[in-house]
Amino acid sequence: MSNAPVNNGRRRFLTAATSVVGGVGVVGLAVPFIGSWNPSARAKAAGAPVEVNVGKIEPGQLIRAEWRGKPVYVVRRTEEIVSALAAHDGQLKDPQSEEPQQPAYATNAYRSIKPEFMVALGVCTHLGCAPTYYKGNFEEQVEGVSDGFYCPCHGSKFDMAGRVFQSVPAPTNLVVPEHSFPSADTLLIGVGQGDA
Amino acid sequence: MFANLMAWIEQRLPLMDAMNKHAAQYPAPKNFNFWYVFGILASVVLVNQLLTGVWLTMNYDPTGDGAFASIEYIMRDVDYGWMLRYMHSTGASAFFVVVYMHMFRGMIYGSYQKPRELLWLFGMLIFLVLMAEAFMGYLLPWGNMSYWGAQVIISIFGAIPIIGDDLTLWIRGDYVISGATLTRFFALHVVALPLVLVVLVFLHILALHEVGSNNPEGTDIKKPKGSVPLEEQSKFQFHEQYTKKYDIVDAIPFHPYYTVKDLVAVVIFLIVFCWVMFFAPEGGGYFMEAPNFEPANGLKTPEHIAPVWYFGPFYTVLRVIPDKLLGAIAMFGAIIMLFLLPWFDRGVVKSLKYRCTAHTINLTQFAICFIVLGALGTMPATPLNNMIGTIASFGYFGFFVALWVYSKNEKTKPVPERVSG
Repeated sequence: MSNAPVNNGRRRFLTAATSVVGGVGVVGLAVPFIGSWNPSARAKAAGAPVEVNVGKIEPGQLIRAEWRGKPVYVVRRTEEIVSALAAHDGQLKDPQSEEPQQPAYATNAYRSIKPEFMVALGVCTHLGCAPTYYKGNFEEQVEGVSDGFYCPCHGSKFDMAGRVFQSVPAPTNLVVPEHSFPSADTLLIGVGQGDA
Repeated sequence: MFANLMAWIEQRLPLMDAMNKHAAQYPAPKNFNFWYVFGILASVVLVNQLLTGVWLTMNYDPTGDGAFASIEYIMRDVDYGWMLRYMHSTGASAFFVVVYMHMFRGMIYGSYQKPRELLWLFGMLIFLVLMAEAFMGYLLPWGNMSYWGAQVIISIFGAIPIIGDDLTLWIRGDYVISGATLTRFFALHVVALPLVLVVLVFLHILALHEVGSNNPEGTDIKKPKGSVPLEEQSKFQFHEQYTKKYDIVDAIPFHPYYTVKDLVAVVIFLIVFCWVMFFAPEGGGYFMEAPNFEPANGLKTPEHIAPVWYFGPFYTVLRVIPDKLLGAIAMFGAIIMLFLLPWFDRGVVKSLKYRCTAHTINLTQFAICFIVLGALGTMPATPLNNMIGTIASFGYFGFFVALWVYSKNEKTKPVPERVSG
C-alpha cells in the first residue's frame, strides 16, 4: 500500500466503468435465459401450414381443422347466411372489421376470401374457449339472427363472419388465420393469399 | 464433553445465540389470541408442501405425453402415492386458508402499520409467489381443467397492448399450451419458486423480529430504556439485542410459552387437515375439479371454467368488467391495493378495538365482499352473478378508498399504554 493521496475522480471513474461493463454482462447473460423460452425449432415445425379439403362440406356445415393445436372452424355458408350478414351490423362491436383480427385480404363484409367459406379460429377472443356453433337456432341467443356462435364460458356471441356482438365480454371479432386456396377445393391454413 | 463441543461450535457459529434471539429470549406480547396462530400454521403447511412435493417429483413425469398417466400411476400403483398427493393438494388449499386468515389478522389489528410496513410487503410478496406456485402447480396434473385454467390465465397477459401476443407465445413456448409449457411450469414450481418462497419467509421472520410482534391491543411492548421501573418490567430474561435499547413490558419468551400454545393450534389444525385429506380430498369439487379427471384436450373446453376456490375473488374482479384489458388491470389492481394498505391507512391507532366505528363497518363489509367475490368466482357468469360481483368489487376497492379518507382525522378511543390484566 502506498501513501499516495486518494484520487477520488479516478475511483469514481473505475467504479462507474466496472458497473457499466458488469451491467452489459448481465444483459448479455440474460439473453440465453430469456431466449430459451421461445418456441423451439420443433414447436415451430409443428406449427407448419395445414391443408383442408373443402370440396365435400355440406352447405351450412362446419368442420374443424387443427392448426398449431388450435381448432380452425371452416363453414360453407349458404347464400341466405351471407346475405343475412349485413342485417345485424347495428348489434355488432366492430361490423366493419376495423380491428386487425384478419389479414388484409379478408378485411371485407364477409371476412374471408370467398363469401362461401368462413375460416376462423374457434378460439373465443375473451379467454380462449371454443365457441359453439348454433346452426339455425341462434335465435335463442340473439333475436332475429338464425345462425351464429355462442361461447359457453362467459357468454360471448359471434355471427357467421366471426364478428362479435355488443355487450359480451369478448373484445374483438374471432381471428381469421392466414389462409389461401391453392385450388378450388383446397384450403391451406397458415399461408396467406399471395405468400405461397 | 458436550458442553465443550457446544462452546467450540458457539465460538465459530453463534447458534445458541441465534436460537435465544429468535425463540427462547424473543419477547412476544403476552396477550396473543386465536388470530395469532396462523403464521405458525402457514410454516407447518410450507414444510408439508416442500416434503410431499419432493416425494411427488420422484414418480411424476413432467411431459405432455406422460404427466396425466404418471399422476394415475402415483394414485394407483405407488405405495402411499395417493396419500402423498392428497397431502400436497389438500395442503395447497390449506395454505390459502391460513394465509388469508393471517392477512386478515393483520388487517384487524393494524399489524401492517408503521413500523411494520416492510414486514407486510414481504408477506404480500410471499402471497404473490404462493399464487404463482398454486397456478403453476395446478397445470401439472395435465387434466382438462389444468389446461383450460392455464389457457385463461395466460391469455390475460395477451390483453397487454402491443407486446401481449408475443408475451403469451413466450410464456407458453408454443403456439398453444403444450408439453413445453408444462415442463417449464414444472421447473418453476418445484425449483425456482420454492427457493424464492423460502428466502422470503426467512426475510419475513427477520423483519418481524426486528420490529417486534404487534398484539390485539396494538400497544408497544418496547418502552424507552429507563422509563419503566424494574418491578413493572417483564420478569423474564430477554436477549440483550432487545433489552439494551428498550425496557420490555407485557412480554413472555416465544419459547416455551408460544411454542406450546401454537402446538395446540397445530394439533387442532392437523385433525381438520387429516379429516379433509382422508374423507374429502376433492373438497366437494372445489379443491379438485371434475374436468381435471380427464386428460388435457385443447379442442374440448369444459362447460364452465372455474378457478380453484382460492383464486375466486380475483377471478370475479377480472370477469365482471366487460373489457379484457381493464379487467386484467382491475384484477392485478386488487392485489396491488393490498400491497399499498400501509399507505392507504393514515391512522395511528392500530387495533380495531380502539378505532372509529366506521372502520369496523368498513372492514366487515370488505370481508363480506371478499367472500362473496370468492363464491362468485366458482359459479357461472350469469347476469345476476355479474351484477352482485360488480357491487362486491366496488366494496373491495371502496374499502381502501374509504380507509384513506376517514383515517386522516379519525376519532379514536384512547389506547392503553399497557396490556391490562
